[in-house]
Amino acid sequence: MKQLLILSGKGGTGKTTIASAFIKLSQAKAYADCDVDAPNLHLISGWNSEPTRSDYYGLQKAEIDLNQCIQCDQCRENCRFDAIKLDEVYKINPYACEGCSVCEFVCPTGAIKMVPAVAGELMLYSDKEKVFSTAQLKMGSGNSGLLVTEVKKQMKSAINEEVKVAIIDGSPGIGCPVIASLSGVDMVLIVAEPTVSGISDMQRVIKTAVGFNTKIAVCINKYDINIDNSNKIEEICNHQELDFVGKIPFDSEVVKIINSGQTIVDVDCISGQEVKEVYEKTMNSLFN
Amino acid sequence: MKIAIPVENKSLDSNVCLSFGRAPYFLFYNVETKESNFVVNNAAAVTGGAGIKAAQTIVDNKANVLLVTQLGENAASVLKAADIKIYQAKNASVKENLDDFTDDKLSLLEKIHAGFHGRRNR
Amino acid sequence: MLDFMVEGTGNMKIAVLSGKGGTGKTLVSVNLAAVSKEATYIDCDVEEANGHLFFKPQWIEKEDIAVKIPQVDKKLCDGCRNCVNFCKFNALVYVNDELKIFDEICHSCGGCILVCPQKALTEKDKIIGIIKKGISDNVTIYTGVLNTGEPSGVPIINKLLSEKNLKENKLTVIDCPPGSSCVVMESIKDADYCILVAEPTLFGVHNLKMVYQLVKLFDKPFGVVLNKCLKEDNPAEKYCLENDIKILSKIPFDNELGTLNSNGEIVANKDEKYKKIFSSLLNKLVKEVQNEAVVNP
Repeated sequence: MKQLLILSGKGGTGKTTIASAFIKLSQAKAYADCDVDAPNLHLISGWNSEPTRSDYYGLQKAEIDLNQCIQCDQCRENCRFDAIKLDEVYKINPYACEGCSVCEFVCPTGAIKMVPAVAGELMLYSDKEKVFSTAQLKMGSGNSGLLVTEVKKQMKSAINEEVKVAIIDGSPGIGCPVIASLSGVDMVLIVAEPTVSGISDMQRVIKTAVGFNTKIAVCINKYDINIDNSNKIEEICNHQELDFVGKIPFDSEVVKIINSGQTIVDVDCISGQEVKEVYEKTMNSLFN
Repeated sequence: MKIAIPVENKSLDSNVCLSFGRAPYFLFYNVETKESNFVVNNAAAVTGGAGIKAAQTIVDNKANVLLVTQLGENAASVLKAADIKIYQAKNASVKENLDDFTDDKLSLLEKIHAGFHGRRNR
Repeated sequence: MLDFMVEGTGNMKIAVLSGKGGTGKTLVSVNLAAVSKEATYIDCDVEEANGHLFFKPQWIEKEDIAVKIPQVDKKLCDGCRNCVNFCKFNALVYVNDELKIFDEICHSCGGCILVCPQKALTEKDKIIGIIKKGISDNVTIYTGVLNTGEPSGVPIINKLLSEKNLKENKLTVIDCPPGSSCVVMESIKDADYCILVAEPTLFGVHNLKMVYQLVKLFDKPFGVVLNKCLKEDNPAEKYCLENDIKILSKIPFDNELGTLNSNGEIVANKDEKYKKIFSSLLNKLVKEVQNEAVVNP
């Protein structure tokens, strides 16, 4: 099974719009949404059934037993993350707590314990033909890398037959979740946007992806909003010897199509026509 | 000589686990005595630094050689410090990989990927 | 040069956030700062900082941001492994009779220093990024950049929002990272008011809900700016109306605006009609914040 990861660097470039088109075109039997901070793929992937849900536990968080607390202030003094405050009683802010357990160590009465904390939820949609793995990170959580790994693992273990290609919708940025999603994929498709911000972010994600020895392809979405910048992106690809797989025009129909829960290849539209070309070139590159 | 391999199940017929840091078990195989010892990988479910913690287990069990399909740079640096040789395993059963190793058919691992939290090599 | 600039904002801290990227957070933040007589713009999106690309400031100061990392005195270390066993992040290993420390994994909690019975561990600084200060006409810009590979931008955001940067008696616009993770929470904690930027798509609404929950959790006064509005039904607008959420402004989808923005131009400085949109938004914000001060002193 070949895994194709779709990244963007900057948010809003159209990663999910394009990923959903690829999923439709390849009739993918396995796909995943690794943007665990703000997952969107489930909104247009057309599942009518409820997914199987499971809790995702992140780092443990500290909890104070007020009955044993003698208000010595050792915990607050030693917390490097400003997670402990005195507000008549000592309180731990679970959003700031990083689970280091220093407070548990310094507490003279054993009033602080580290307890399991739910940091998100995994969801698996499956039927006889296909599986879709996704997750939602709980508000305020850090450390989403492991959850991304769990989403991919969940997808792989739910596959029951020969699957040729798995499509993974990645997350924006260059941090831990992006790095976790890059592990073990065969190819990365970077969706670039022809804006000053978009080019800057695209370069940062290319730098991150290069360290992983996977094939890298780039396509431009909404290319005609700025032809000069689009040309600039193509130049960068040539210069860095990356696979340039095509450009999709801005399409004012996309908003309506997405809002009706469809993909751009379900309807006759200019972006849908072009994305088919990008898809062909990407798949060619992936399997050769 | 002791060989370490990340495995999916506690059996010589088990497939090599494609992940090192998150493998459920490690097999430690003694070439001379032909004894197999399966150890639970306590790094499998940690939220971070899995490769590093797993590497500590390999070191503590006194392995001389590690067979893996892929490895991150943080884990690699721990193993290097302990002078443990790392070979490129193939996506097959443990038994096949062990046989290939003793028949001198495996080569040293060349591609080390960046740690999930590591710096890129400039 | 356009003359009417919004004055009298006082010391007002506005955080601009959105559930997903690409909705127009930076567009709104940059232009709000631009139409104020005097303003400070703080870019908290340290992974993908973009605001400075619009201001093109003259950089006047920079500061390396460091976190504390442990270092070991080998003469004192006896290999007891208390530190290795304590570290919840697995940043320490004991191999070849010595302690090995992984800087990039360390969360700087200081725990290993405390648990070492031999006092063999002390702390040193590790640079994780940089803060730059610049000036562009009426705006003072603070940008934070996290070095590639570093796990957390929180220490940089913390520094960006420190006392000295916020104290001045002028408008402060805080351009937040997308999403609702810990870095976003860090960015809004000192804000007087939060602007949630939403786009008129199904994705936009889903993500608006997340930041809506976030600002409610932090008890921050807030309002929504609908961006890229089209003639068609706007699911984000519908959501706001259904949930009694104040809509501060509706920015229409506009090819010209998009082109200017894509070229890194500050649209409010380029055309009167855009200046009007952001000036009236800022005036509305001033009123909102003044009302809040009366209702919740």
